[in-house]
Amino acid sequence: MIRVTLPTHLRTLAHITGVVEVEVDAPVTQRRIVDAIEAKYPMLRGTIRDSATQERRAFVRFFALDEDLSHESPDAEVPAEVANGSQVFRIIGAMAGG
Amino acid sequence: MSSVRILVGTRKGAFILRSDERRKDWTVDGPHFPGWEVYHITGTPSDPNRLYASQTSGWFGQVMQRSNDGGATWEAVNNEFAYKGDPGTHQWYDGTQHPWEFKRVWHLEPSPTDPDSVYAGVEDAALFHTADGGKSWTELAGLRDVKGSLWQPGGGGMCLHTIILSPDDPKRMYVAISAAGAFRTTDGGETWSSINRGLKSEFELPDADAEVGHCVHSIAMHPSRPETLFMQKHWDVMRSDNAGDLWHEVSGNLPSDFGFPIAVHAHEPETIYVVPILSDSYHYPPDGKLRVYRSRSGGNEWEALTQGLPQSDCYVNILRNAFAVDTLESCGIYFGTTGGQVYASADSGDTWAPIVRDLPPVLSIEAQVVP
Repeated sequence: MIRVTLPTHLRTLAHITGVVEVEVDAPVTQRRIVDAIEAKYPMLRGTIRDSATQERRAFVRFFALDEDLSHESPDAEVPAEVANGSQVFRIIGAMAGG
Repeated sequence: MSSVRILVGTRKGAFILRSDERRKDWTVDGPHFPGWEVYHITGTPSDPNRLYASQTSGWFGQVMQRSNDGGATWEAVNNEFAYKGDPGTHQWYDGTQHPWEFKRVWHLEPSPTDPDSVYAGVEDAALFHTADGGKSWTELAGLRDVKGSLWQPGGGGMCLHTIILSPDDPKRMYVAISAAGAFRTTDGGETWSSINRGLKSEFELPDADAEVGHCVHSIAMHPSRPETLFMQKHWDVMRSDNAGDLWHEVSGNLPSDFGFPIAVHAHEPETIYVVPILSDSYHYPPDGKLRVYRSRSGGNEWEALTQGLPQSDCYVNILRNAFAVDTLESCGIYFGTTGGQVYASADSGDTWAPIVRDLPPVLSIEAQVVP
């Protein structure tokens, strides 16, 4: 089970609190994690990545294990600790003012 | 007794203001979608409890919301606005061509008869339609065939901000785009033509009479006269009496003919309203006085409406979608400011009072009369 945290505004939009848990088949990648989140919470489609390009939104970041994974390929495997559920995959609203 | 709902979209959420038909005492409900920009929230004429809202964010993109209970609860509906085919490119600020990119929904215009049928005007400029209450959106791509490659963004973006459905002919629609101009379809949106003849933009365009490129800020129509249109252009207040075939200026004695909204009285088709702004580089009222101007002659002769509005040290703006009228017997007029005030008049603009003073900057206002 993959454990994911979402930014406040997306938790509100999806009517959820706390950490989200999603099933993701191996190999676990960013793309598969976001696919699983969008499948479980359809109202989040288009909010993490652009619907047309499927690219991560510019002001959304992916963190795990104190590292910024945002610029990794969406098809690269995430760290083993995320894949085995011992560490959280953090989806963050970037520092962008407002 | 009827009640009135004022639907307010702001930079940081939506608010619903409610009163009875006396429109003296108001309740303020919100924020809905706190922290998000709500470019437009509107109700459907055939079902006042069916509302739609455009919720958008620089971080998380576009979300579309629908309510079936007058705004008490909301559900997210489909937010995918895919341009039909290859949308190509449009003019960019530096003169190069730039790909068409969806950014947000500026305006929602529900059908007068079907609460599931809604048109959406978006940035980058295009018109979409849903026939299933927001479960899917389809572009009416013929609009972009009208020299779309020459359209260019204005300061607020290349947005389709005005949609007018002609009450006498369901196949006729008018739309307006900044900075492209006004357009009309007479076949339900399959094909479009520009309706910009008579507009003059000598300070904005190298060819003042260009077919497209005019910065139209808003258009209004009275439902009893679907061929008479009133326009607030970047500069100039304009009027057409032939469905946009030809426009003529009716700025008359306004202290400035720059502004954003324009509206028509609910029961008097020759009574119109604008809010003059000093200029495109100032974006606040002349002399620090917030004055709505009313013409009872369809333009040219204007009177300042000031009673209850600040007449000193006022430097707010009123954006294009932030002005509305209600349909009660004594017509109510409402507008919101970039300073977060929402003002109301229950007597056609003769007297005003603030409903609320400290909201986030107001992007849009709609007025609903609820039986």
